[in-house]
Amino acid sequence: MTTMIRASGLVKTYKDVEALAGLDLEVPEGQVLALLGPNGAGKTTAVRCLATLIKPDGGSAEVAGVDVLGDPAGVRARIGLSGQYAAVDEHLTGHENLEMVGRLYGFPKSRARARARELLERFDLSDAADRPSKTYSGGMRRRLDLAGALVAEPPVLILDEPTTGLDVRSRQQMWDVIRELVGSGATLLLTTQYLEEADRLADDIVVIDHGRAIARGTADELKSQTGGERIEVVLSDPAQRDVATRILATVATGDVGDDGDGAGRSLVAPVNGGQQALARVLTGFEAEQVEVLDIGLRRPTLDDVFLSLTGRAAEDTTTTDEQEVPA
Amino acid sequence: MSTTEVSRGGAGRALSDGWVVAKRNLIKIKRVPDILVFVLISPIMFVLLFAYVFGGAIDVPGDVDYKEFLIAGIFAQTVVFGATFTGYGLADDMQKGIIDRFRSLPMSRSAVLVGRTTSDVAYNVISLVIMALTGLLVGWRIREGVVDALLGFLLLLVFAYAVSWIMAYVGLIVPSVEVVNNASFVVIFPLTFVSNAFVPLESFDGVLRTFVEWNPVSAVTQATRELFGNTAPGIPVPDSWAMQNPALYTLIWSAAIVAVFAPLSVRQYLSTSK
Repeated sequence: MTTMIRASGLVKTYKDVEALAGLDLEVPEGQVLALLGPNGAGKTTAVRCLATLIKPDGGSAEVAGVDVLGDPAGVRARIGLSGQYAAVDEHLTGHENLEMVGRLYGFPKSRARARARELLERFDLSDAADRPSKTYSGGMRRRLDLAGALVAEPPVLILDEPTTGLDVRSRQQMWDVIRELVGSGATLLLTTQYLEEADRLADDIVVIDHGRAIARGTADELKSQTGGERIEVVLSDPAQRDVATRILATVATGDVGDDGDGAGRSLVAPVNGGQQALARVLTGFEAEQVEVLDIGLRRPTLDDVFLSLTGRAAEDTTTTDEQEVPA
Repeated sequence: MSTTEVSRGGAGRALSDGWVVAKRNLIKIKRVPDILVFVLISPIMFVLLFAYVFGGAIDVPGDVDYKEFLIAGIFAQTVVFGATFTGYGLADDMQKGIIDRFRSLPMSRSAVLVGRTTSDVAYNVISLVIMALTGLLVGWRIREGVVDALLGFLLLLVFAYAVSWIMAYVGLIVPSVEVVNNASFVVIFPLTFVSNAFVPLESFDGVLRTFVEWNPVSAVTQATRELFGNTAPGIPVPDSWAMQNPALYTLIWSAAIVAVFAPLSVRQYLSTSK
């Protein structure tokens, strides 16, 4: 399989801040890599290096087989970049924005126009095509921005936080659009601070913090690195706590804990081979007539992954939502 | 950061890309009322303000009407201020991430700057037409030939184009749009007011007078005034070389400014990062 994006040992320092401290990345053709990390982790700096907007102080990178430092113009001809801040001209209409981008890719006017219409149709923006984009909602602007990145059908797409600041519905829509793109064979590098987003869209995830990769793998691999599955129980009657704990202890690989809800109803037990363990616990509960409000097998979320890797929650540091454009 | 990228497709591509960018900027004249106010209303205001408020207060030697004396100065001042649009527009595009989009496209590396400075010439053309009409209404007259007068307008545009490259550089190095205003005032206010644009050169003394005599804004004003025929025998032409050859002096300045600030601005554009 061809590698479409390769970065090795990327270093970028701003004054005394090391934004990238030797980052390695590899994205095979047709795959989606999510660069996951909190604000200030170096995600945007990495994207800007790969998109030739800034030059790294050290290391090397290739995009679609073209050296980022040696032939930046060649790289630009092969990528589509969609930024964190929707870089559409708010005074131009959707159609004018896309036509302009097409012209700047060197398309003749008629082709730039046809492509603009096609993309507006595809991104469900036809009705708004002739309105200045400042009248668009946040989600529409992001779609227009993404459409701008697709004008020349580049083999490599780089999306910097494509859904930051969007409401749930717009985010969902954006995810659908991105999934469709990947289905058509594009290679995609995506940065995000939403763990759920990486989980939904990416084949591989690189967790980045302080300018370096601190973990990589599929979502499942990262989750299992963090620790195994666990059974979580919410009891109907706190008085049955001791019985329940005894039953859970027979399958648990560690201490049976309390979930800290204060009411003494919740219990958590780390397990291996979750499904069988769960079945045995259910059998045991039935035999002892333990009643539960809720019982389930939980796999760790990417939030847990981030917490265990960095010692802090990823989303605590989220501040970009304030920069959201009014919907 | 060193940037030694060559432009793709050479001059032809730079021009066609530049034109695409210029067109985009021109669309805004129609859609952003603020720009229209700046381009249309403020020149009218300046002509009326100076003609009627200061017109009676400032005495010009010789038998020339102050309004006539003043017009060239107002034109010069307005087109030089118009150059701040270049800086304002670029800083705005940077802030909004549009420069990032342009820089990620395989387009000519100087097109954004060429397009911006070119579209700002259009703003200045509109301003000049409006000011000339207003001037004619309040009693300004062209007293030399029409060709000379047109040369006067052309000289104003050339000089303003050059100044807009300075403002392009300013727009690219400042952190936000608001700073452009402050930064440009620091440069443009002294240049336009410490000149012969509004008051006769004779009213300055000493070092200030030397500054006024060699100030390129004085030269473009003097040259335009002469081409419009708005000087009078009663006003002596100062004997500095710059004031004796104001058109040539203006062109030398314009060429020098572009020669210095165009490469500086392009380099800044290529290496810029928010």
